[in-house]
Formats: sequence, C-alpha cells, structure tokens
Amino acid sequence: MSDATAVKVREIRALIARHKRWDIVFGTIGVLSLMIGVLTFTVLFLDMLIDGAPRLTWDFLTSFPSRKPGQAGILSAWVGSTMVMIVTICAAVPLGVGAGVYLEEYAPKNWMTDLIEINVTNLAGVPSIVYGLLALGLFVYQFGLGQSVLTAGLTLALLILPVIIVATREAIRSIPAAIREGSYALGATKWQTAAYHIIPYSLPGILTGVIIGLARAIGETAPIITVGALTFIAFLPPAPLQAEPPFISFEWLLSGFTVMPIQMFNWTSRPEAAFQSNAAAAGVVLLVMTLSMNALAIYIRYRLRKNIKW
Amino acid sequence: MVGTTAPEVSAAAAAGPAPVKKSESRNLNFFYGQFQALKDISMPIYEKKVTALIGPSGCGKSTFMRCFNRMHDLYPGNRYEGQIMLYPDNTDLLNRDVDPIEVRMRISMVFQKPNPFPKSIYENVAYGLRVRGHTRRALVDDKVEEALRSAALWDEVKGRLGDLAFNLSGGQQQRLCIARALATDPEILLFDEPTSALDPIATASIEQLIADLKEKVTILIVTHNMQQAARVSDYTAYMYLGELIEFDVTDTIFIKPKNKQTEDYITGRFG
Repeated sequence: MSDATAVKVREIRALIARHKRWDIVFGTIGVLSLMIGVLTFTVLFLDMLIDGAPRLTWDFLTSFPSRKPGQAGILSAWVGSTMVMIVTICAAVPLGVGAGVYLEEYAPKNWMTDLIEINVTNLAGVPSIVYGLLALGLFVYQFGLGQSVLTAGLTLALLILPVIIVATREAIRSIPAAIREGSYALGATKWQTAAYHIIPYSLPGILTGVIIGLARAIGETAPIITVGALTFIAFLPPAPLQAEPPFISFEWLLSGFTVMPIQMFNWTSRPEAAFQSNAAAAGVVLLVMTLSMNALAIYIRYRLRKNIKW
Repeated sequence: MVGTTAPEVSAAAAAGPAPVKKSESRNLNFFYGQFQALKDISMPIYEKKVTALIGPSGCGKSTFMRCFNRMHDLYPGNRYEGQIMLYPDNTDLLNRDVDPIEVRMRISMVFQKPNPFPKSIYENVAYGLRVRGHTRRALVDDKVEEALRSAALWDEVKGRLGDLAFNLSGGQQQRLCIARALATDPEILLFDEPTSALDPIATASIEQLIADLKEKVTILIVTHNMQQAARVSDYTAYMYLGELIEFDVTDTIFIKPKNKQTEDYITGRFG
C-alpha cells in the first residue's frame, strides 16, 4: 500500500468517526426522551398499584359504593362502563365504517367532499365537554332518552366517530389500487367491491381505530357528567337476559348508571384518606380494562393480517 | 362507417380465411383532464387472434387498452371521444348509455403485476361468478376447474384449492389471474404487460398459454418487449405519443414495416 493510499484511508476513517458522533448524540437524546415517557408512566402506575393494592380484592369488584371506605366497591361502576362501551361500539362502528367507506369509495371527488373531509378530521379535536353539551340538548332533552346508559353510549359514540372514520379511510387507502381494479375489472359493482374486498381487507386498520377510540371513551368523564351520570348508585340496571319470556330485555338502556372514571373522581374528592386508596384501586382496574381491550385488538389484528400481504 | 376507416391490412394477410372483426376503435381520443393521451386511433381487433400493442413508455398503449374495459371510468377527470365497437352486436363500448359494468362483464383483463385477492385459490377464480350471482356449488366448482385447466394451473393446484393465493409463485399467481379472468367466458381478454414482473421461465409459460388461449378468445396484449410481440401476436400496432403509427400483420410490421418510424423502433434505432 502506497503512502498516499494510507493517508487517504486515514482521512476517510477520521471523517466517518466525526460523522458518527452525531449518531451517538441523537441516539442518546432519543433514549432520554423515550425514558421520560416510559418511566413517568411506570412510576405513576406503580404508585397507584401500591396505593390501591390493599383494596384490590374480589369484594371490591362485587360491592356497591358505600359511605364506609372499607366496604365500598366498584360493581356499579364497571358494569356501567361495560354497558356504556357496548352501546358506544354498536353505534359508532357501523356509522364510522359506513361513513369512511362512503367517503373513500362512493363520494365524488369535489370541493364538497373535501370540506366534509376536513371537518371530520377537525371533529376529532373538539373538546369532549362540547359533545357533552350537545348530547344534553339533543339526547336528554330533545329525544327524551333521559340520563341513561343509552344517552352516555351515544354521546361517547359521537366523540369517537371521527377517530373511526379517519382510521377506516386510512385503512382503505392502504389497499393497493391493483386489488380494487382487479375486482372492478371482473364486472363488480361498488358495493360488491366494498363487501368482498375493501371492508374485509381494511378490518385490521379499522379495528385499531375502534380500540384507540374506545380507550379514549372509557376514560372520558366530562361529557358523561354533563349528560347526568349518577355519582352514587347502589343498584344494577335490569339484566339484558331474563328467565321469563321474551328473555331479552332492553330496559338497561334507559337505566341510570355511573362509570369508572366518575367513581374514581367521586372518591378522590373525599377528605378521608381511605377513599384515596379506593380511587387508586379503581384506577388499576380501569387501566386493566383498557389494556385488555388493547391486547384483544392486537391479537385479532394479528390473526386478520396473517392472510394479507402487501 | 363514421370518420376515417381503420387501416387496411396488407396483402400478406390474405392467406387463409379472412379474419372477422371482433372489435374496432373508431377515431378514439382520450383525455386525462386537459392532457390528450390518445389521438384519433382507429384500428380493428380480429376475432380469435392475438393483437399486440407496442411502443415506447408513455406512448399510450396501456391507456388505449384500458379504454376497452372502461377502466378509466374509475377515476375522475377522464374523458373519451369516438367509439369502440364490439361485434357482432354493434355495441359502442364508450357510449354513455352503456354501463361500464356491462362492458367489464364481457371483456376481462389481466394486469401487469399479478394481483390475486388475499383469499383462497378457489375463491379467486370463483369471484367473477359470484359477482354474476352464481351460487350453485356444482356449477361454480365446474367453472373453477375449467378455468384453472384453461390457464394450465389445474395440475399444480388441484389438491390445495383452499390455500391462500399468495402462497403461489409469481408465475402461478399470474396464471391464477388469467384463470380468474377466463372463468366468466369473456369475449375479449386484455393483457397489460402480463410478464413484466415475471422471470423468463414463467414468462415462457404465460406466452405458451396466450398461444393456446387464442383458439377460444380474442386477445389484446400490451407489451414493452418487441420479441414477445413477435412471438405471440398475429397483428401488431405500433403507437407513439398517443398516435397509432402503423397497424398490420405482425410479420409485416417486423420484416418490412411501411412507416419509417416503425422501422426505427423495431430495429432499435429509437426507443
């Protein structure tokens, strides 16, 4: 190797070493930013877990709230949250998916569609209390649905509708044009293409949107208080399945209710310290509910995506 | 006939029975918004023959082909002028009163990249039948088998019709797409550069298939590969910048083209 080459190689190595310094700098900043998020969450969760651990018993889940902190439970709250979520899913998913499919596959591409598109995206940023006020005027007073599970479910459905619409559209857009054209080229109508291809193939993405929406909805307090959820409730809504005919009852839809975040809020505003650990325990339960919903979604998405490669 | 007549084929074609016109483009203009992509194209498509469209990238050959199944209707801002007649019933495929779905039910298409649906092999082939409302299991089974046999794929997949189409090789996927297009007995089969994503062996099998299929169906094929056009087609059209430069029997186009531009392209001096 000549001297000239040796010098050149040394220069190149020095250059690379100098450039790589920025890799290290950025890597460090990245790890630090990540840690701030992860550590904060971990500390908060552990703190809540330690505070709530003594109250996390089976009795806690199966008891109604009480004036005595040691006997108070979250039965009415988690049952209420579950029922409200069921109404929310039943209302928001068909509406959101329908709107998303329409906007992507059917709507003519003109300024009107663009305007609707921008507004749908903006709706996702409207403060939840505004939805609460809308629901109070519309569902409670106008439609006379009362301060019920149905009202709360529909309110939260409105709240997460834009999230589902946007997720549906993104999922549909990720389907390659060749697949869509392949269907149309065989003489399919728009509806046949949507039903056989577009909707099934975008399900994993839609599901992600639904879960993100539900995770937000289950923790919402403001709009639920606005429509008049109860803060102290010592009974369960009528069961949907009954022993006598007609076996199925929809009375629960119009029943009063409370939800997990309201129960927590109620407890944290009490002066007694014992109620604080109740609130922490309820927080752990709420978090577990959210995380298990996420886990289920990830599993289903994985199953659905196995067959789809593009 | 309206406007200029289609270019007549040279005397070399006279050997054998006179070919029958299956379709004919008459003074076809096509616009993507303001841009005119096709200029006054008139040419015949002969029944049970293979017609190849050749020309450099961007010459409009794919655009021309996609007029035959009204694929351009899927996107806004596209406009046709002129006619594409389908015989023997004299339907103008481009007429506003003719539903593009009707056109696509009569004319099938095979795309550049294999585009099987993420479903089973069986469901891919059966899809065209399902779209037409065929639900009788026995009938669909028969049609699926017949189409897979015609696409020379049956022997390779008969034991695993329930498998996912994505598990097939690229060449097999393309033959599956051909089977899918054949299952509904189309009158014309359009091939849009069907081998450009395939290796030479898979390409050879698709070309063999095209040669076999022309006994049953009229074929229009777009190719960027001149040798392929020479190998598989009976008629060839050379296009350049949205215009039809020359249309003739394939041998004539490749051995003694009448037009200087065609000759330059064929001999590799241009393009």
